[in-house]
Amino acid sequence: MSQTLYQKIYQSHVVGQLNASTDLLYVDRHLIHEVTSPQAFAGLKQANRPVRRPDLTYATMDHNVSTQRRSMDAAGETSRKQLEALAENCDEHRIPLLDLTHPDQGIVHVIGPELGLTQPGMIIVCGDSHTSTHGAFGALSFGIGTSEVEHVLATQTLPQQAAKTLSIVIDGELSAHVTPKDIIMAVIGQLGTAGGNGYVAEFSGSAIRGMSMEGRMTLCNMSIEMGAKAGLIAPDDTTIAYLKGKPHAPTAEHWDAAVVYWRSLHSDADATFDQVVHIDASHIKPQVSWGTSPEQVIAVDQPIPAADDFTESSKQDAARRAYEYMGVQAGQKLTDLTVDVVFIGSCTNSRIEDLRAAAKVVQGKQVASGVRALIVPGSGQVKRQAEAEGLADIFKAAGFEWREPGCSMCLGMNDDRVESGQRCASTSNRNFEGRQGRGSRTHLVSPSMAAAAAIAGRFVDITTGEWA
Amino acid sequence: MNPSIHTIFAGGLVCPLDKNNVDTDQIIPKQFLTSVSRDGFADALFFDWRYLSDGSPNPEFVLNAPQYQGASILLSRANFGCGSSREHAPWALQQYGFQVIIAESFADIFYNNSANNGMLLIALSKGNIDSLFNRCSEGPQQWQIDLKNQEIRFGNNAALGFDIDQDVKQRLLSGLDFIGSSEQLAPKISDFEQSRKNNLPWLG
Repeated sequence: MSQTLYQKIYQSHVVGQLNASTDLLYVDRHLIHEVTSPQAFAGLKQANRPVRRPDLTYATMDHNVSTQRRSMDAAGETSRKQLEALAENCDEHRIPLLDLTHPDQGIVHVIGPELGLTQPGMIIVCGDSHTSTHGAFGALSFGIGTSEVEHVLATQTLPQQAAKTLSIVIDGELSAHVTPKDIIMAVIGQLGTAGGNGYVAEFSGSAIRGMSMEGRMTLCNMSIEMGAKAGLIAPDDTTIAYLKGKPHAPTAEHWDAAVVYWRSLHSDADATFDQVVHIDASHIKPQVSWGTSPEQVIAVDQPIPAADDFTESSKQDAARRAYEYMGVQAGQKLTDLTVDVVFIGSCTNSRIEDLRAAAKVVQGKQVASGVRALIVPGSGQVKRQAEAEGLADIFKAAGFEWREPGCSMCLGMNDDRVESGQRCASTSNRNFEGRQGRGSRTHLVSPSMAAAAAIAGRFVDITTGEWA
Repeated sequence: MNPSIHTIFAGGLVCPLDKNNVDTDQIIPKQFLTSVSRDGFADALFFDWRYLSDGSPNPEFVLNAPQYQGASILLSRANFGCGSSREHAPWALQQYGFQVIIAESFADIFYNNSANNGMLLIALSKGNIDSLFNRCSEGPQQWQIDLKNQEIRFGNNAALGFDIDQDVKQRLLSGLDFIGSSEQLAPKISDFEQSRKNNLPWLG
């Protein structure tokens, strides 16, 4: 019987059946970080359970670290305790940890791929919703809660039920300055933040085939923002070329066999999906979120919609509340909005390609006066590469702060926060109320749109005028 | 881990939170996630809505209304619990006193996290959710939740049935140890690891 990619990966990981609807699936990689793991380790200790496969478990410090300096106590006392707890737990259970002194430390969803820990056909879990990022490699990857983290530590498995399948076919050539971030934001605008609930979404089509691994990661990263359990992209030559030579990629001895296996990982031509959506990428323009949900998003040249434009009363109510919280009005042009803060970073957009795109816009220009602009590279590797390519110098010369790797202002767990009432152009993934700090006003954009906003001091349409 | 398991969902006072897309950043903001404990999150629940910037209770927020003090059932709208995977969200709801959440739909990770902590989440159609909000607008409600028979009981013999995943239902009713039941398959896990090592040796 023909199968989708999701069904193939799911079935190949079934250890056994727990009951009529629930399977026990094997987990190939378990990524952990300081925020969602301490209670799981405490639970293990209480029940006197060991970690079954510390060799398949990898830890990093990212959510709660200072990006100003590499010190455990730089983000405050409670943060230090949490980081120390992770170090102690990893030490006790012999789990490899990329701590603040490690040159490759970084955001969990940036380092997994760049170290080659993420490979096609795997099941990868992490106590973080943006684990969907790793689906870019054709790995079934999803976020889990702390009770599940404990379950995986103890058994290297997780009880699961089969999800529904959603095919998102994206064809057409992207216009200049339109990025994978704009595509996924347009998709979320179309399907809504609950449109993917209960589904695993597989992205395919010519626009995906032409996309770099960095772009695919951005796309899969935000599939959680439409509620999908995971995003998936079948591996191809681009995937295989990316993995070759990565520290944890298969060694020469196994490389050829691995590639043969990876090439078998695709949906069968006659596989049926529970739902199919077609997107024409050539019509997509740079996107900006205007409200407090990722589905409240428009192209930069569109006016902010009126509440009456929505048919559902619940969306009308949400729009009215968003106008008030965001300090915007129906009909207003985004390009009339000034920004106070610009944040380029997060597991969505902190990779080398993102920084190159931003640097291209910034080169030879200055950050507008009164704008605070941060660049937070996703990992030590990204930071070193950006410095070697001269990108860091471009940013610093323009007036950007050049930071150490971490999650930073995406969620403001450390001291990188947006003040109440301030407007932020952010390359992150969530524009929820208070996400970047109480009262913060977040507009989600691509790296080049964020960079242009920093220079202009307001949102600009980078497809027009001096920016094009 | 032994999450508190309620064998009887006796129910009680209902608090109506009339919003769609109640996200995990609203349920518990990031500054409370630095804890290494599972406890102590009750006061952090809905922090930014519940307290004014000077720290005093926000009289406009429904949870602070005198008639909803002691509520154990939360009624909300679509896509409740969207956003992050933080299990601190169900911990905060449960520690505040909620045993049951009724909404039009729930985000997947939040649903699993809640079930793993013995909290009952009931999803109903938009029409049924509308009618439950209408009931709440008539005055404070006391409902009984009968999980075994899958019914919300309103008194006067009126009731509304609900669907639930049978696996989740069994776990909530029996209080089976989440990890313990998987550990019963330990020999199969070992077998799987052996065949994985033989067939896909690069996976480690």
